[in-house]
Amino acid sequence: MRKVVKYVILDILKSKIILSYTLVLFLISFSVFSLEDNTAKGLLSLLNIELFVLPLVSIIFSTIYIYNSSEFIELLVSQPLKRKSIWLSLFYGLSVSLVVSFFIASGLPVLYYEPTVTGLIMVLVGCLLSIIFVAIALLASVITRDKAKGIGMAIFLWLYFAIIFDGLVLFLLIQYADYPLEKPMMIISACNPIDLSRIVILLRLDVSALMGYTGAVFKDFFGTTKGLMTAVTVLLLWVFIPLGFSLRIFRKKDL
Amino acid sequence: MFIGSRVLKYFIVYIIVLNAKFLNGTTIYVIKSSKINTIKKAVSVAANSDTIIVSSGIYFEKNIIISKSITLIGENLPILDGENKYEIVSIKASNVIFNGFKIQHSGHGTLDDLAGIKIYDSKNVTISNNVLDDTFFGIYVQFGIHCIVKNNTITAYGIEEQQIGNGIHCWKSDSLQIIGNTIQGHRDGIYFEFVTHSIIWRNLSKKNIRYGLHFMFSHNDAYISNVFTENGAGVAVMFTHGVKMFNNYFSNNWGDAAFGLLLKEISDSYINGNYFNKNTTGIYMEGVNKTQVQKNIFSGNGWAIKIQASCMDVKINFNNFFGNSFDVGTNGTLVLNSFDYNYWDKYEGYDINKDKIGDLPYRPISMFSMIIEQNPPAMILFRSIMVSLLDKTEKIIPSLTPENLKDNYPLMSAIKL
Repeated sequence: MRKVVKYVILDILKSKIILSYTLVLFLISFSVFSLEDNTAKGLLSLLNIELFVLPLVSIIFSTIYIYNSSEFIELLVSQPLKRKSIWLSLFYGLSVSLVVSFFIASGLPVLYYEPTVTGLIMVLVGCLLSIIFVAIALLASVITRDKAKGIGMAIFLWLYFAIIFDGLVLFLLIQYADYPLEKPMMIISACNPIDLSRIVILLRLDVSALMGYTGAVFKDFFGTTKGLMTAVTVLLLWVFIPLGFSLRIFRKKDL
Repeated sequence: MFIGSRVLKYFIVYIIVLNAKFLNGTTIYVIKSSKINTIKKAVSVAANSDTIIVSSGIYFEKNIIISKSITLIGENLPILDGENKYEIVSIKASNVIFNGFKIQHSGHGTLDDLAGIKIYDSKNVTISNNVLDDTFFGIYVQFGIHCIVKNNTITAYGIEEQQIGNGIHCWKSDSLQIIGNTIQGHRDGIYFEFVTHSIIWRNLSKKNIRYGLHFMFSHNDAYISNVFTENGAGVAVMFTHGVKMFNNYFSNNWGDAAFGLLLKEISDSYINGNYFNKNTTGIYMEGVNKTQVQKNIFSGNGWAIKIQASCMDVKINFNNFFGNSFDVGTNGTLVLNSFDYNYWDKYEGYDINKDKIGDLPYRPISMFSMIIEQNPPAMILFRSIMVSLLDKTEKIIPSLTPENLKDNYPLMSAIKL
């Protein structure tokens, strides 16, 4: 299995897409911090990148990679290897390369300019988001054989998590404005890894604004160590559940 | 010639005696081991303009009433203890100086406002360098004129609003000077009602349950260089005209109903050179008119300014806004105030003619802040991409946000303050 992971990572590095992604992200991160006079504003710009670009790159790259290596996967399946370990190797290879590139490109500048708990949480959340969207991409690409359909699904999933979901939430909030929605909102936010990550970071960055009544409800939950642990656990579930499903499908799939 | 010099000699002696008797008075010492071992005894034997010096120790004297114009000085902080039952010092005469005591454990009352030190209907009273600990009301001035409250340290341990009084409570007074006091843990740090022509200077008011400074119907007062921090609801100034608020520091007032500075029904006032840092709302204005808000710094607040549509002729100019989650919030579309010549760190315009003033107007109100105003739980969507998109569209084609609420001359760089 280790050998397969190694091949996957080498293969990814060979394609140079990840390298250029790392380089571009690194340049953006550094310029964001050095252009802004205060690091808080830099963090905010970076937060937007983290919540928008990172999932997009993660999901699209992984989906395309899986489709492109379908022949390689077929070859591996013909070898005396467990399907589970093949699939997990692909997952590990993709996650490791995306996490490492995010960490180098964005994590290091953040930790250099903002060596606080906030910075650390941002890096951690970024890494988790990369992995989550690899898992979602695996699920999207295993469901259908058609490459166009698969990539389309991946893009749609990203669009859903990044924009449409928030639009629906806003619609719900305005429709049901007369009801106390603070607690349901917390559960709804757990249904979207991007939202959940954003809220965890928001509690660090906009704490003054969040100290109003609504914010206090969130703060009481997510602001504590227990809440943070819960948020991280939910994010981890977002890795394991899609991965588990994709694994189940891949095991029985007729390639 | 001879007679003349003798007359002069007598005259000089007479002047000295007169001085001693009527200006300096005699000095009475309160010492535990001597005949005059209580302050009450000393006050009863003293005449006007005498001085009483109290040596250190702890005195349980119930309620000390000072009804003569005398000076009381404590040596090494003698302790006056009210045994949680009595008002400790009641000053009912003018020209009293009360300096250097530690006052502790006053009584608590529901009908009476028992205080550590209370001034009743007097003029020219000075209360200075005292330490008040665990009092119901700290220093209470009622119908005082030209009184000075200076360098006192007032600490209480209130838990609920109803069960504790105010640190420095002034009522129906005029020309007071409240200087250099430190107040902590009371209901309101400093409370002014119907107090005119007074100054509050260089005080520190923190961790009070309700307001750091509570200010009502108190016209033509100034408060300068005070620090108000971590109070339950910040500072409230209401129903007043002619207030000058200069160089104060408002910070860390957190909560749904907490404001750095709450202004209600204020007119003809000046808010200059203050620093608002990390409050849920920096300034909240309701029914404010003809007021200048200039050269202040707003940084790291949830909302820097919330201005209700009931405000008129408020001039918010030459301020710096840094890192606030929202710069301005409002509840309506009517705008009769000016927001020009401020520096906003969120401004994204350009300056082609290099006059250091942005060529495009800045709209400090975002669509999302209007949504939040009506629908607070929407806060959960703050900084999401959806919301950024909405805000961007709104900036180009304003529909929800008030059209006129804008800075026509936004500055390109921060004002040096």
